[in-house]
Amino acid sequence: MSRLAERFRQGGVFVWFSGTLLAFCLAMILSLVGFIVAKGMGYFWPRPLVLVHGPEGPLLGEITGHEPARGEETEKTQFHVGNRDIYGQDFRWVPSAGLGTPEFPKDALLIERLEYGPFMGRIISLSHEGIQVATGPAAMSGALDHLAETNRIRRHIQSVEKGQVGDLNRRIERLRLARRKLETGNDAVGLQALDAKAAELQSSYDQFQTSLEQSRAEAKAWTLNLQTADGQIKELPLGSVVRIVPANAMGFPGKLGVYLSRLWEFVADDPRESNTEGGIFPAIFGTVMMVLVMSVLVVPLGVITALYLREYARQGWLVRAVRVAVNNLAGVPSIVFGVFGLGFFVYGVGGGIDKLFFADSLPTPTYGTGGILWASLTLALLTVPVVVVATEEALGAVARSQREASLAMGATKWQTLWNVVLPSATPGILTGLILAIARGAGEVAPLMLTGVVKLAPSMPMDGTFPFLHLDRKFMHLGFHIYDVGFQSPNSEAAKPMVFMTAFLLLLVVVVLNLFALNLRRKLRSRLGGSTF
Amino acid sequence: MEIDDPRPIQEPAHLAVPPPESGLRPASLEQSDLPLTDPSVLSAPTMVRVERLNLFYGEKQALFDIDLKVARNSVMSFIGPSGCGKSTLLRCFNRMNDLIDNVRIQGRALLGNTDLYAPETDVIALRKRAGMVFQKSNPFPKSIFETVAYGLRIQGEGNRAVLEEAVERSLMGAGLWEEVKDRLKDSAQGLSGGQQQRLCIARALAVRPEVILMDEPCSALDPIATARVEELILELKRDFTIVIVTHNMQQAARVSDHTAFFWMGKLIETGLTEKMFTNPGQRMTEDYITGRFG
Repeated sequence: MSRLAERFRQGGVFVWFSGTLLAFCLAMILSLVGFIVAKGMGYFWPRPLVLVHGPEGPLLGEITGHEPARGEETEKTQFHVGNRDIYGQDFRWVPSAGLGTPEFPKDALLIERLEYGPFMGRIISLSHEGIQVATGPAAMSGALDHLAETNRIRRHIQSVEKGQVGDLNRRIERLRLARRKLETGNDAVGLQALDAKAAELQSSYDQFQTSLEQSRAEAKAWTLNLQTADGQIKELPLGSVVRIVPANAMGFPGKLGVYLSRLWEFVADDPRESNTEGGIFPAIFGTVMMVLVMSVLVVPLGVITALYLREYARQGWLVRAVRVAVNNLAGVPSIVFGVFGLGFFVYGVGGGIDKLFFADSLPTPTYGTGGILWASLTLALLTVPVVVVATEEALGAVARSQREASLAMGATKWQTLWNVVLPSATPGILTGLILAIARGAGEVAPLMLTGVVKLAPSMPMDGTFPFLHLDRKFMHLGFHIYDVGFQSPNSEAAKPMVFMTAFLLLLVVVVLNLFALNLRRKLRSRLGGSTF
Repeated sequence: MEIDDPRPIQEPAHLAVPPPESGLRPASLEQSDLPLTDPSVLSAPTMVRVERLNLFYGEKQALFDIDLKVARNSVMSFIGPSGCGKSTLLRCFNRMNDLIDNVRIQGRALLGNTDLYAPETDVIALRKRAGMVFQKSNPFPKSIFETVAYGLRIQGEGNRAVLEEAVERSLMGAGLWEEVKDRLKDSAQGLSGGQQQRLCIARALAVRPEVILMDEPCSALDPIATARVEELILELKRDFTIVIVTHNMQQAARVSDHTAFFWMGKLIETGLTEKMFTNPGQRMTEDYITGRFG
């Protein structure tokens, strides 16, 4: 007993207690990340295709779930059978009893398509322009050979549609606006010139369309004749095939290849099938860009506020009240900021900008609708208290002797602040920025009101002048998770996507934070023995 | 603070005729309206002069009726127990006390011919004429070069050649050039304590001030670094006037020409250092110097 009392006196018990709590917190964080990674990363690994003979006939698919017997319910197994165009649903629950021995047919295939999700079955034959050229295993190898070619054509079509054709569309739209202006001014000569130009653009547009048509026809020339496990026949143009995975016939290197290629597609490609397939590159890009724009906005805002509060304002009840108000701003629910952003930035400021500078294109709004600028501004407002508090602390931590040294040299207060105090406080300001990024990057609610969309037609930054389009809507990883997981028509298939997207969101936040941390470390070493 | 001697402080207010062996000029004594000041101070051109200066922190009076002169190209040390007002007086010379709220000053203080506390005095211009070195070395979070060039930079000097010349001259003046000339771009805060303090002296020299105010410049330095700074002070005396606040009696004896002893906000005695340390006019001075209180 006395030994316990002694331990209490020495504090050993509390060291153990706090150590245990720390370990508990670490375990929670690690299990969170581990769970998400495990659930997400396994998604891309090709799973074996199992053929069973159930009560409703043969069934080919991946085993994705299992439910033990409970009360009257018998034990059940979930199959991902694909073929949504034929069966109407991707997943099927079947009683585990009476399924017989599962088989792993070598010629079973999983074909990822542009539409209707994956097809599962086998290839009967390969045709070119309606003429059968190969059957059986030869058809399989032939299909693989031509798949690379059709995929290349598809990418070409996509890039032309997005690049040149998109450009043409924008120019035609600009002409239309100019024309509307001239029509009100009754300028016949100008109108004629415009019409000539419009015709020119239209003809080059048509040219593009014909060449695209040709490419599309080329991609459609090869067709696959497929058969499902229960004998239904399906004809599929090779042009709409993304990937053919003969999962049961593959060794480890082959599976690894498929895994890496799927992972790359996920990170670098645009989404397909209402976001449940394909990649999430636009969402990654949008998230990073929004955080960067937010950082650019929030740092000056917060630093200048803190400078005034700390250095210039007369300390009194008013300053105290302002400080309390700023701190409380951090506690306001983020959706309230979203409502404010929508009402003030989007409709108020954006609407005003449209009336002043973009009156031609009204009633189609330019800035008077949600966009990355307004979303970033709203988030900057949301995170500014963090920066203000951190900056105030950092300013207070700058040694009085340094200010005195500068003032004694004959520097004015502003010179001292700018040359000595602010550089010393920069690491502390960056700490504020790091916290702001951590908070801002994960915020979804205010974005939904101020500029995030399910699918953005174009990125907020691209090759067309002026390169940075802050008026555009954008995609965001956080919103993507919500959209894919809870708003998707096929949420069962999208479940792994949710985990993967969550993992990427974590990764983006970590990378952005590392970037800021590194910047702070560099600044600190340049400043020498700074202590905070 | 304890005083062994119960005698009233003010009693023998006048310092008698200095002893002849000190080689002074007693003739100047007649002109003196400052009873406690040593005559030799008055004979040299004056750099800093304080007349009947009273300073208040709010209601509390920190300096009482100070009268003092500092001769050009001399070193004067301020000694006295902690809280006696010596740093406060030093900070009157470049108006650093302005940074503290509720400071009120009566009387006159002059730097050269400028009345420091006249309403028309430009504080910024004034501080350029009075360089300051602090107790704790405080180089800026910049490179060695930029720390020294700071005073010129804030005056708007952008010419690289002028800056380089001034930095080299100042670092040489502070005896630091040989040690840092190959790493001027390195962080100033990476230097050793003694080097940092000499860098701060170089920073003060760069703007060619008239007077250098040192507020316990060696109290945070080891004996070797202290010796280097003391040597430097003796060299700088040729070009500058130096006022140094110190707690170290030996240091005051080694570096200064004149010494002023303060107690409880009052100037008790001032005179030639040699005389102050061998034959002080006041009993209190003697007690303090010999370590009987303080």
